[in-house]
Parts: sequence; structure tokens; C-alpha cells
Amino acid sequence: MILKPYFGWPDVRFGQTFDEFDRMRRQLDLLTGNLMGRPATRSAGVFPLLNLTEDKDHYYIRAELPGVKAENLEIQSTGTTISISGERKIPVENKNAKYHRREREAGKFSRVINLGKEINADKVEAGLANGILKVVLPKAEKAKPKQITVK
Amino acid sequence: MTDSKELQAKEKQAVTTPTEQTKPGPVFSPEVDIFETDADIVLLADMPGVKAENLNIDLRDNTLTIKGDVSPFEGPDEEDIVIEYEVGQFARQFSLSDTIDQARIEAKLEDGVLRLTLPKVAKATPRKITVQAA
Repeated sequence: MILKPYFGWPDVRFGQTFDEFDRMRRQLDLLTGNLMGRPATRSAGVFPLLNLTEDKDHYYIRAELPGVKAENLEIQSTGTTISISGERKIPVENKNAKYHRREREAGKFSRVINLGKEINADKVEAGLANGILKVVLPKAEKAKPKQITVK
Repeated sequence: MTDSKELQAKEKQAVTTPTEQTKPGPVFSPEVDIFETDADIVLLADMPGVKAENLNIDLRDNTLTIKGDVSPFEGPDEEDIVIEYEVGQFARQFSLSDTIDQARIEAKLEDGVLRLTLPKVAKATPRKITVQAA
């Protein structure tokens, strides 16, 4: 089962205090999500929320980072982990401006993802388009599934 | 202590729209900043994944509607491992009290953030009426 190696997800975790609530909420989410026919999301509760997918040769990590500039983003990768950190800046507007709503937030973020399998750290590529970060991580040769021919 | 805080993970707010969707899938409410100056009202909305051609802005009867379509992020051969956020349409409506000069509305989409500038109609300068004594 593919989920098994990722059972330990995530490796870094903040805010242990609300674990219990988190778990309850997630279970409720799972329940309602399933009832509404939507895929159940499982979040580690660390910004940015991200989606991890794979195909035969790559892992793909995507995160929604609207308003984050490439120069304020730092991505590092080692054999099996990748860290994404950066800062979201919201420029100060006109001083005379009267705010009616302020829902968007600025701040720093940092997240480490342990893939559990080896990747080719030299060939990791990242791109930022329309506020979506996409990181392509080629799997290391030995981590790729081998086709075995039956004789 | 650093001067800027840590960002907290927040799940997107799924909403039900008053009108029924023709396209299935979740609809999310984008987070917005709205501020007003003497000359205009500016709205900033986080709409990650929305391309300019898929963004729809509509203003009628003092109701402003912003809508953006997001196409699925995955390639055809990709399999999900961990999914923490979903994608879908972004939609939100606002009612505006000030009269807006519709001809001069400006919209800009940059890095997944929409910036909408709604200039106010220049108020008619108060006219002083002098009453002449007969």
C-alpha cells in the first residue's frame, strides 16, 4: 500500500496542544467529506498546505502561495527530504486608506517534508505560476519501481 | 522575536452559492482585503491558480461578483499520495454602497492575487444657491 511509507507524515509539527481537537475535527471532516462524495483531505496543519502526488518517475509537490514572490521563497532538498520556507509580504498601502476588511495574512513559513524514499536532489525543479508553487522531484534510480518480466 | 509572525495553515472556506452550479465541484470563498481612499475602493483577493482568462468580474446593481475557475492541478498519470487542499472555483459577492465609475474599473492579476480598483464617481460639487430678495 502506497500510503504506508508516508505514515509518519509530517515529520515536523507545531502546536501539539490542539492535537486532540485536530484529530476529532479530522475525523468529522472525513465523515462529512465521504458523505458528500468528496475526497477526504488530511492536513498536517502546517503552512503551506500542500498536495503530494507521484507518477512513475517523479514526485510532485504543489502548494498555494498567492502573492509570494520567487525571491522570497527558499527550497532545499536532500536525499529524502525537502524543505520549503519563505515569507509572504503584503506591501503597505496608502496611509490614508480605511480598511473595511483584512483577511489576507502576511508572515513567514517553513515546512519540511519527508518523502521516505530517495530522490535525485540535484535535479529538483521548482516553478511558481499564478500563485501556485510546483516542485518536481525526480525519483532516484533505486527508488523507481522495477518492472519484472515473468518468464 | 522576529517582527513578522508565522503563518498558520488555514483551510479554504468552501461555500454554497445562491445559484446552482453548472459545473460540479467545490466553490471556495477567496480571502480579501478591502480598503477605501478618497478616490477609490480597492479590493485584493487571493485566488491561487486562477488565470486571467478564467477570471470573471461583474458589477451590476451595486453588486460586485468575482469568480475564478481553477483547472485540476494533476497530470493524467499522477497518483495522489497526500492531499491537503482541494481546488475548485473561487466565488464571492459584495454589495457596494458608493457609486462606482464603471468605465474606469481596473483589474490586475498577479501571482494569484487579484487587485481590483473601483474608482468612485466624482461627487457633484455642492452648488450654492443664492436666494435673491425680491
